[in-house]
Amino acid sequence: MPERTRKPKTPTTRAKTETKDQASPAVSGEKLIAELDDLLDEIDDVLESNAEDFVKSYVQKGGE
Amino acid sequence: MVARLKKPRQVNTSEDKLSIPKICGIETEYGIIAKGMDSSAVTASSLLINSYVGRFDKSIGWDFEDEQPGSDARGFSLDDSFPAEIEMHLVNTVLTNGARYYVDHAHPEVSTPECRYVDEALIYDRAGEEIIRQSMVAAKGFLPEGAELIAYKNNSDGKGNSYGCHENYLLARDLSFSKMAALITTHFVTRQIFCGAGKVGTEFEGMAHNSIAYQLSQRADFFEEEVGLETTLKRPIVNTRDEPHCDPLKYRRLHVIVGDANMSEVATFLKLGTTAILLAMIEDNQFSESLLLTNPVPAIRAISHDPTLRQKIHLQDGRQLTALEIQYELCERAEVYAKNYGLEAVGQQTGEQVLRRWRNVLDGLKQDPITVAHIVDWVAKKRIIDGLTQRHNLSDRDIKLKAIDLQYHDMRPEKCLALRVGLETLVSQTSALKAAVSPPETTRAYFRGMCLTKWPQDVVAANWDSVVFDIGSGPLRRIPMMEPLRGTKAMTQELFGRCTTSAELVAALGDDVSTSSFAPTN
Repeated sequence: MPERTRKPKTPTTRAKTETKDQASPAVSGEKLIAELDDLLDEIDDVLESNAEDFVKSYVQKGGE
Repeated sequence: MVARLKKPRQVNTSEDKLSIPKICGIETEYGIIAKGMDSSAVTASSLLINSYVGRFDKSIGWDFEDEQPGSDARGFSLDDSFPAEIEMHLVNTVLTNGARYYVDHAHPEVSTPECRYVDEALIYDRAGEEIIRQSMVAAKGFLPEGAELIAYKNNSDGKGNSYGCHENYLLARDLSFSKMAALITTHFVTRQIFCGAGKVGTEFEGMAHNSIAYQLSQRADFFEEEVGLETTLKRPIVNTRDEPHCDPLKYRRLHVIVGDANMSEVATFLKLGTTAILLAMIEDNQFSESLLLTNPVPAIRAISHDPTLRQKIHLQDGRQLTALEIQYELCERAEVYAKNYGLEAVGQQTGEQVLRRWRNVLDGLKQDPITVAHIVDWVAKKRIIDGLTQRHNLSDRDIKLKAIDLQYHDMRPEKCLALRVGLETLVSQTSALKAAVSPPETTRAYFRGMCLTKWPQDVVAANWDSVVFDIGSGPLRRIPMMEPLRGTKAMTQELFGRCTTSAELVAALGDDVSTSSFAPTN
């Protein structure tokens, strides 16, 4: 089983909507901006610590 | 049966309604890295998949008998084009949910089972993610301490290497391919404004990587032709692979290679839904030629390279419009089509949701893209890139931004950025996990999945259009499945309830079963 242990810490964590039938209106820009600081804290926490190594070592072969 | 659809209920009396059910599916090639160990991408991909299928008693091989990837929709065939997997014996399995899970080139790939509705295909795409996650966890058991395999649901490594996320749609054989190709190109060039997954930099040959800070699409840099058979070189916007995996006299399969893999479920839903509706419109001759583009290849790139969405492109009727303006026209025409013809080709209810969400996302993009950061991957990714750029006073060429770009697509829940940016979801975790093991009920994938669930020891091989049984005596028996809408739960539930052995199933199907020359290779 996959671990689904992401921290449920901010309101920006992926909110689950089961209402498939409802096209949600675009959420307000203000709300998103207000949430951004919390989100960026979390992103800073989980980002790979050595960006340069990570980016340089991410090499794929072409596919398809 | 996939007979011509009956005239829809509220519909005009048009006698020329030709659209057929838009059965669909998604093939996703994941990026893969082996961390803390030395391993080729092919070995890593094989290990990932074997770790997953090894958890079950027996894995089922893929049957290549009907594969013809070199067959061209324009009527000719490449010589000697056998799937590479035959010669290399790469891992290639069929799962109990009807999906194919295999090594394609140097990537693990999940092909969803065929689905009748786009919201089902979305669930199976999510199931594919869960299969990948479970595989990564299972693989740890076979690796040295500290080593791990990590998969990424993206489409490029940022260094000029791209791998695909392909969509497939069932089309009527008698539709003119060249006409369809010209028309759907308009959508393929412009839909990226809501289904682009976003990318830091450019990989277009001849441009410096950092000459563009950010673009809408992972894939737009890699398209060089309008129409063609290739998928790995000189990639075309419309791919002509003519390999229907079902009755070739009645059907085509449109193999779409131009899209990005989406982390946003709504983006996947819209990508599939809008395309399926437009294809039905083309079949019904309701897609106006006034939206044909003058020069689609530079246009797809120009649109991708402009996150302000102001880039205009030339239409054959002389107009210059933005991608957003073109998408509004497509959406409006689809709304008119729905009123006049109904949406049964995609399912009335599903189709209505697609149309509502389509208009909403366009309205949001028009108002301010930030308002759809919970729906559109390129906006969600750009939002955190811009936020961290400002917070840490980074240059817009800082390598940290490329790291964010890659990590957005990391399949490890504890590392994935897409899981943290507040994307709206349509599929519950329970549904995704169920779909990882159970087939969809509305296509022949149900039959395939049930055969594998009930008699895994007896199924020698399977592919999209047949299942091969060894019933213990006599030759191998092949059950052909040339009609995608036969073999559904409604049609076969009673049969599966009645048959306790595969021999009983084969006997019950009688004349539909043929003997098979299939020889297992492993």
